[in-house]
Amino acid sequence: MTKRNIRDIIKEKTLVLDGAMGTMIQQYDLEESDFRRNWFEDAKKPLKGNNDLLSLTRPEIIKEIHASYFEAGADICETNTFSGTTIAQADYDLEEAVYDINFHSAKLAKEVADEFTQKEPNKPRYVAGAIGPTNRTCSISPDVNNPAFRAITFDELVEAYSLQVKALIEGGVDILLVETIFDTLNAKAALYAIDVIQEELNTDLPIMVSGTITDASGRTLTGQTTEAFLISISHLPVLSVGLNCALGARELRQYLKIMDEKAPFYVSAHPNAGLPNEFGEYDETPEIMGEQIEEFLKEGLVNIIGGCCGTTPEHIKVIADLAEKHKVRKLNQSI
Amino acid sequence: MNNNNIPPLQLSGLEPLIVSTESNFINVGERTNVTGSKKFLRLIKEEKFEEALEVALEQVQGGAQIIDVNMDEGMIDGKEAMINFLNLIASEPDIARVPIMVDSSKWEIIEAGLKCVQGKGVVNSISLKDGEELFIERAKIVRRLGAAVIVMAFDEDGQADNYERRIEICKRSYNILVDKVNFPPQDIIFDPNIFPVATGMEEHRNNALDFFNATEWIRKNLPGASVSGGVSNVSFSFRGNNAVREAMHSAFLYHAIQRGMNMGIVNPSLLGVYDDIDKELLEKVEDVLLNRRADATERLLDFAENFVGEKKLKVVDLSWREQPVNARLSHALVKGITEYIIEDTEECRQNFKRPIEVIEGPLMDGMNIVGDLFGSGKMFLPQVVKSARVMKKAVAYLLPFIEEDKQEGDKPNGRIVMATVKGDVHDIGKNIVGVVLGCNNYDVIDLGVMVPAEKIIQTAIDEKADAIGLSGLITPSLDEMVTVAKEMERADIDIPLLIGGATTSRVHTAVKIEQFYTKNQTVHILDASRSVTAVESLLGNKRDIFVSNIKEEYKKLREHHQNKSAKKVYLPLVEARKNKFPIEWKQEDIQTPNKLGVQHFEDYSLEEISKYIDWTPFFQAWELAGRFPKILEDEVVGESATKLYKEAQELLRKIIDEKWLTAKGVYGLFPANSINDDDIEIYTDESRTEVLYVQRSIRSQLKKSKKAHNIALADFIAPKESGIKDYIGGFVVTSGIGIDEHIKRFKDDHDDYNAIMIQALADRLAEAFAELLHAKVRKEFWGYSPEEEFDNEDLIKEKYKGIRPAPGYPACPDHTEKPGLFEILDATKHTTVKLTEHMAMYPTAAVAGWYFGHPEAKYFGVGKIAKDQVESLAERKGKRFEEMERWLSSNLGY
Repeated sequence: MTKRNIRDIIKEKTLVLDGAMGTMIQQYDLEESDFRRNWFEDAKKPLKGNNDLLSLTRPEIIKEIHASYFEAGADICETNTFSGTTIAQADYDLEEAVYDINFHSAKLAKEVADEFTQKEPNKPRYVAGAIGPTNRTCSISPDVNNPAFRAITFDELVEAYSLQVKALIEGGVDILLVETIFDTLNAKAALYAIDVIQEELNTDLPIMVSGTITDASGRTLTGQTTEAFLISISHLPVLSVGLNCALGARELRQYLKIMDEKAPFYVSAHPNAGLPNEFGEYDETPEIMGEQIEEFLKEGLVNIIGGCCGTTPEHIKVIADLAEKHKVRKLNQSI
Repeated sequence: MNNNNIPPLQLSGLEPLIVSTESNFINVGERTNVTGSKKFLRLIKEEKFEEALEVALEQVQGGAQIIDVNMDEGMIDGKEAMINFLNLIASEPDIARVPIMVDSSKWEIIEAGLKCVQGKGVVNSISLKDGEELFIERAKIVRRLGAAVIVMAFDEDGQADNYERRIEICKRSYNILVDKVNFPPQDIIFDPNIFPVATGMEEHRNNALDFFNATEWIRKNLPGASVSGGVSNVSFSFRGNNAVREAMHSAFLYHAIQRGMNMGIVNPSLLGVYDDIDKELLEKVEDVLLNRRADATERLLDFAENFVGEKKLKVVDLSWREQPVNARLSHALVKGITEYIIEDTEECRQNFKRPIEVIEGPLMDGMNIVGDLFGSGKMFLPQVVKSARVMKKAVAYLLPFIEEDKQEGDKPNGRIVMATVKGDVHDIGKNIVGVVLGCNNYDVIDLGVMVPAEKIIQTAIDEKADAIGLSGLITPSLDEMVTVAKEMERADIDIPLLIGGATTSRVHTAVKIEQFYTKNQTVHILDASRSVTAVESLLGNKRDIFVSNIKEEYKKLREHHQNKSAKKVYLPLVEARKNKFPIEWKQEDIQTPNKLGVQHFEDYSLEEISKYIDWTPFFQAWELAGRFPKILEDEVVGESATKLYKEAQELLRKIIDEKWLTAKGVYGLFPANSINDDDIEIYTDESRTEVLYVQRSIRSQLKKSKKAHNIALADFIAPKESGIKDYIGGFVVTSGIGIDEHIKRFKDDHDDYNAIMIQALADRLAEAFAELLHAKVRKEFWGYSPEEEFDNEDLIKEKYKGIRPAPGYPACPDHTEKPGLFEILDATKHTTVKLTEHMAMYPTAAVAGWYFGHPEAKYFGVGKIAKDQVESLAERKGKRFEEMERWLSSNLGY
């Protein structure tokens, strides 16, 4: 099936990214056994909570979630591979599973996307291979007594990301999405891996990059301002740059504005459903979140809009309806 | 210049640096270069990295906008030193805010350096010296690593030393980079070689001038490219004469900038202002730079003698040093300055009676300021980590004094077991707390990440810990912390529990954790800086006040939360109905009862009923916790449970044998259909024409997750419009008839034990009767489940098909449904059970309920409901709204 290139579509419409995967998975009340089924029955460590495994052990659930987001109006869904690196999986002794996780996550997302594209050829659906930050930082020492120490090196990150990227591409993703970047050096390693692997596989998939502003300081966890972050990842001709997680739409706006003004790329945002309440739950309703998203769209701040933690198909439905109503943000020509 | 379509050079550290045509000259600091600074070289050689960092900081504070780092020295491992130093810089936000220039003649050092830099830095340098192939390969890596690049005017034939060679090499390099490597032109910075002047050699006379001219050519002809250079080279022959060197640097820059040089490696603290240069000196310097006179060099050399030995003052703001010592400590903590911390701590120590008071007082005050600034977003993590290091230094200094000061009766500082809970791998915060506690002389046992509850507790027991600290960042960790609290309670250990981590909160600790651990106090720790005060309070002699304050505070939080949580989101009744429990109605799923109508039992066999007793609630009635039969072997309550069970059996035997109690029961099975979503019409007979009674069921309205439904009992009965014939049942049973005289007898004998015992047994018998009757209904009377074979345990676990919800209980909390149920069964006549005005049943050993037979029917709780449903119920039941509200008072969600 040939569908239109996302690089063309993005000129004409505001694309909608899907919402949270974790929040949706939680609703299935899964047990330890669900995370093991057929694949990891003998794993030594407890696997519950290692959501990426579900692409292998409960693929029907992951497909159902993808479908529910497409149903809600998402143009792009993210693969269930946020922790699909040997580094993140090392905590579970499942480094060996990384290729399978990524390949199958990509494949099943692709199947769902293709079904929807077939049904609605006018609204082609895309799959973005989700590349998370891993759980180690390349710029911060975990040992306060030894600030020069690093729990992970750039080269180790490149190696881990290369495997993930290769599997995602071979599984059939349309886009590569480096997201929830709290340490830009980690992201640079991911971009490095992507550039090398794309050259090796002779592919030219568009790249989305999305950073995370951790708190009111307006900086990433490793201390970069929004603009410094933007500059630090601009060396590759990425499709879009944006922000996700940590903040709700309301708090994100001021930083998105910087992206809108300074970025020579398309701009994306997938905020959380508000800030977490005292119980760590994100409880902003679709309507409230929608109000703020509508502001983004009115102001023309973003080209790709979706949701992160706590967002559901209901949120995405509201966002998708809004996205259709407003004018498309034009690429910054002056920069 | 044809630069219009090319964006400016953009670099970044923690903050952006944009090199646009409007921006001023960019200073690159040169002091962190072992080839240029003897002091820096010595510090690196002696591995005094902390002092080496001061050099970097000094440069940035002195105005360097980029810092050049070079470790090319034969005696040191350049690669390791580069990695080490750049990693250290990353933890110094005041340095790391500027971009890094990774400087080396060895490619492997450059590559290693770039891999330590999160911002967009600059490579210094690459060139065509080793051929085009290597040049391309390296440029490609630079681009992939996200850096700009300095290209030296150097090729296979050597370094460009005149104007023509400079522009030839730069042009060739530029074309290769832009055309073959696709290198962004704005990220190319040429270094057209700054060579020394006034060397006395004839061929060096034009060195500066050629540089100026080449700079002008590059800026005109190579769009986007910048020009930089190592300025100090120019004054090479005046080493040791800083005054002259500074003047030469200033003058050189003045002219170079005029011609388009926009960046340069200079020591900003060794750079004068052009206008301030001694006029005579300036003239002689410019004669040399611009090659204006044949004797320029000699004249400058002669004149320079006047300036030997002069030094300039450093420009660092030290005004904070004039403040009182406490303010200085706070300043040092907030700014992360270690330089003066020892002397300030010492000064402070002299002001206090005991050294520990320095920690408890000014140092913790400072850390609290750090905590507040961090909390309000005015500081960020790397800075806080730095503050912690300053703190550690101060504490390390004080430790020997504290040891010395230890007095008789001093409690030794405690031992604390810390862990990131199971399922979570985040440990930065926990590590910080560990350090801060360690600084304060606590013995910290850090179990790391993903630590299961058992391990935490076992370690605490084995190591005789004085407190346990739990940390976690992700949401599920909150639940895991509750688990640990419960396990601690079970393990019967009696030490404080500290809760910390990004998603934790005072409210969560108060509402969800504290109550599960009653042996000792649970305390939420907002951040690392508060951990010491909290632990000190918990383990020290002011413990009682602290704990009672915390308890009071948490109690208030719970109450507040209770009130607040009533504000949950409720769906309007209309919406909730749309999310009803979905059943695909099929006639074949519904069994027509074998016999419709009402049947009753005058005197049911107690012997048979007693087989259905669920003993667990019996023990609960005696406040013995545990499941039957395991409870009989329980370590704590096993003995008394066994005794109680034995005596209960004896009394039960008597009750049965001597017919002390009579069991009566009634049940009815009726045709029924649901109407208007929430109501169940019960018909007199299969013609379904005459309505016997309408049961009004209550629908849960709480906004649920996607997969959950807003259920009402009516959802389990086929809607009238489906045309499907459905049925409902009802029952009332009692086993309490005749109990009063026996209770009275025991009481008259002052035998309260048996008075309570017989009541408890009668209650169990009533429940058992209900269970038995339900089984008979399923298997025989209604007969929808004739094959079932369950033992008592299965029944207790509700494994059977269909449900028997009781009015007044979670699935149908409306007590006012009881009269209707009693009426259609004529229950009072058949069983003697009466309803009081408060809708309680008498005798109390009685159970009433409805039967729902559909295989998908399940138990659920209605929970709180919204006003619209109460209004609707009042209207449907013909009651006043206020009355309905009163009956449902514990279910009102508004």
